[in-house]
Amino acid sequence: MWRNRSLGAVFVLTITVGLAQAQQPNSCLDCHSALEGELHVTQEQFAQDIHAQKGLTCASCHGGDPSKADDSAMSKAAGFKGKIERAGVPKLCGSCHSDPAFMRQYNPSLRTDQFSQYQTSIHGKRQAAGDTKVAVCTDCHGVHDLRPASDTRSKVHPLNIATTCSRCHADAQYMAAYKIPHNQFADYKASVHHEALVERGDLSAPTCTTCHGNHGATPPGVGSVANVCSTCHVFQAQLFEASPHKAAFASAGLPGCVTCHSNHGISKPSDAMLGTSAHSVCTNCHTQGDAGYKAAGDMQQQISGLETSIVRSDRILSQAESSGMEVSQPRLELDQARDALTKARVTVHTFAAHPVRADVDSGLKITAKAYGEGEGALRERDYRRTGLGMSLVAIVFVVVALRLYIKEIEKNQ
Amino acid sequence: MAPLARVRNWLDERFGWDELLAPLRHKTVPIHRYSYWYFLGGITLFLFGVQVCTGILLLLYYRPSANEAFESVQYLMTQVKFGWLVRSVHSWAANLMIFTAFLHMFSVVFLRAYRKPRELTWVSGMLLLFLAMGFGFSGYLLPWNTLAFFATKVGTDIAGQVPFVGHRTMIFLRGGEEVTGATLSRFFGFHVAVLPGLTTLLVGVHLLLIQRFGISVPARIEPEWRALPQEKREMRFFPSFLLRELMAWYIALGVLGALAAFSPWGLGTKADPFAPAPAGIKPEWYFLFMFQTLKLIPAKLGLLDGEVVGILTFSLAGLIWLLVPFLDGTKRTQRLVMGAAMFVVAYMGMMTAYGYVAK
Amino acid sequence: MLLGGGLFASALSFFYPVLRYLVPPRLTDMGGDTVVAGKVGELRPNTGKIFRFGSRPGLLMLGSDGQYRALSATCTHLSCTVQYRGDLRQVWCACHNGMYDLAGRNLSGPPPRPLEQYDVHVRGDEIIVSRRREA
Repeated sequence: MWRNRSLGAVFVLTITVGLAQAQQPNSCLDCHSALEGELHVTQEQFAQDIHAQKGLTCASCHGGDPSKADDSAMSKAAGFKGKIERAGVPKLCGSCHSDPAFMRQYNPSLRTDQFSQYQTSIHGKRQAAGDTKVAVCTDCHGVHDLRPASDTRSKVHPLNIATTCSRCHADAQYMAAYKIPHNQFADYKASVHHEALVERGDLSAPTCTTCHGNHGATPPGVGSVANVCSTCHVFQAQLFEASPHKAAFASAGLPGCVTCHSNHGISKPSDAMLGTSAHSVCTNCHTQGDAGYKAAGDMQQQISGLETSIVRSDRILSQAESSGMEVSQPRLELDQARDALTKARVTVHTFAAHPVRADVDSGLKITAKAYGEGEGALRERDYRRTGLGMSLVAIVFVVVALRLYIKEIEKNQ
Repeated sequence: MAPLARVRNWLDERFGWDELLAPLRHKTVPIHRYSYWYFLGGITLFLFGVQVCTGILLLLYYRPSANEAFESVQYLMTQVKFGWLVRSVHSWAANLMIFTAFLHMFSVVFLRAYRKPRELTWVSGMLLLFLAMGFGFSGYLLPWNTLAFFATKVGTDIAGQVPFVGHRTMIFLRGGEEVTGATLSRFFGFHVAVLPGLTTLLVGVHLLLIQRFGISVPARIEPEWRALPQEKREMRFFPSFLLRELMAWYIALGVLGALAAFSPWGLGTKADPFAPAPAGIKPEWYFLFMFQTLKLIPAKLGLLDGEVVGILTFSLAGLIWLLVPFLDGTKRTQRLVMGAAMFVVAYMGMMTAYGYVAK
Repeated sequence: MLLGGGLFASALSFFYPVLRYLVPPRLTDMGGDTVVAGKVGELRPNTGKIFRFGSRPGLLMLGSDGQYRALSATCTHLSCTVQYRGDLRQVWCACHNGMYDLAGRNLSGPPPRPLEQYDVHVRGDEIIVSRRREA
């Protein structure tokens, strides 16, 4: 009872102090919440800001004296800096965020190399050369209602990063002077990575910063983009490294992976990409008669052969199933053939027919077995129907015989 | 003496066999243009016998726990010799039995066979019909597949909507708040012990009453029937009618075998209580007309909950139907009952068809 | 008589299946939430085998510590069948290089979720694997 009372007192005290803190004179927000446009900052907005939550105030960045209610709050004497020029933003943010000893007080696990990374980025280099249009810290992270990246409402949460980058990079007018494409966001939105991230909620799927870096944002060069892809797509990269395409692409100055799969608009790969038809990517370089053309056709035939075989076996099993036969065991085994097909599609990256054939053959063995079991099930079904036919004959026989017997005994009545 | 005759003699010396069987020898069945309807009762009884036999065979392999029920039925259909046949016959005969029971009931209504003195025969028959539907509902859950699980959930939900007693009834049926392994245990108990016991009793009563009163002749044709000479208007039950019944039963057996071989009963997928209900869940066809009606009733009828109104209306209709022999004394009420019966048949037919095509 | 013969034949066609039905099949395991995954001595230490568990594959492993472990063998990425790698002492999916530890936790690669764990009991010379769920 005594303990409950003292706990209650502590609780009340905490609330009071907390409220008092909030009540501390902040003349900045008193005026600025009523101003319009760029100058409009409300208490509500600022309360969401991670800096505000950690105890920083307007004066921490802008200087000045928040306790004064008149213009002396914004005097030079009070150290007022006014609006921070874009050119000065990275340095200002860096003045705290690059200081490990300082940041340790707030979040020891936060990195403190953002500024130095930024200086190596395209944005940073251009900014140092005087370009004021390039992104600075506040453009991506926001200001006054800045949230940590783990907050889903943050502009730099993985789900939102692409949209944040697209604010400049998809704006044709804004990007006109830089002579780089502005269709990346549109391409990315149609890609399988975007689908994985936004629709399936797989936060490990790549967004702009995954491949380009965040603070040190620079497009990976032709020579190293394959390394970026290989961080996740390990098998395909390993096979590619050992394949004839590696040397060929390097000498032609072509990027690995991107040449066939594109960089931003990466769509789900289909078997149509392989082979010698007009839709395939192989025919972009290979022509009839060369070894690559032959290998492409070979691989495509193998894979589509396995796929057809799986469909065929699946069909006969479905037929058996709809006739009432139980085929769950062969169906389970057929799943392994699908595994083999998945594997074969990865082995394509050796760009040689032989390894692909090995995977396809192991799959074909399984589909053949499943097909055999499907045939067996249909045979069993036919055996049952024959059995039924025979018993029906017996039944009809009895019914007819009964009819005759009835006629006979009633004739004498 | 021939061996068969010696056995008969032996039995007769001890049980008075001949004396016992004598009344049965005199049992007759009326012959007229509606006589064919007389077969339906016997076919229903035969199908019940098929159910008991196949049911006992299924009992040898079926395991009534949520963990094993589905697998035991799968095992039965794939590993046990002719298990597929026993199971499919059991499932098909169940549906056929309920169908012939309904047909039998409606033939009694339209031929007014329930009139005095056969009122209690009617009542026992109606109760048997309700028991048959209970058999269908409880048996349907036993394979523990997705369709059955959700159909049971919906069905017991509806039972729970009855005012005052609904919730308690639902808990009693489910063995808890939700459909779980406890529900399966209960339904199994109902299906193999409680319902068979009650049915056997009622079938005994029903048959006894039929023996007592003889077979009814429709009132409409009674005068012209009476005018016929003895031999033309009746046939002996033994052996004439029984042999004809045997023909009907054999034909039914053939139909069952054909259904089992050409349209075997499916297994479905094992029930997962945590998965969402599949779209378009419907009960079996004999409940479909009620289910479809409830779906069509608007959610609120004035101050009353639509579903509750539907349930109560059906319950009231069932009660009135049960008491029909006591209600159709005058010519006027008889015409009313005939009209109502035709409406009921049309309604049930239409609603069942609608239920099938509706999403 | 013809009728007698017919009745006898039809009765035979009814009783023959029933008699065959009554004889229990050789395979007595019905599956369900418990299966016999293997026999003691079947697996060498630091190896694994795939067994059928209901309608999906399971992975039974014997560690070098002598302990049996069982997991669902369906990869949580795109449902390929995983395998035990004695050289890595981990569970590996050959399709896209997904890695899981012996408790089924997804360690690296594309798999988004761990593999379901099963209970293992040794009864006599049978290794019984059962699901942890109960309806």
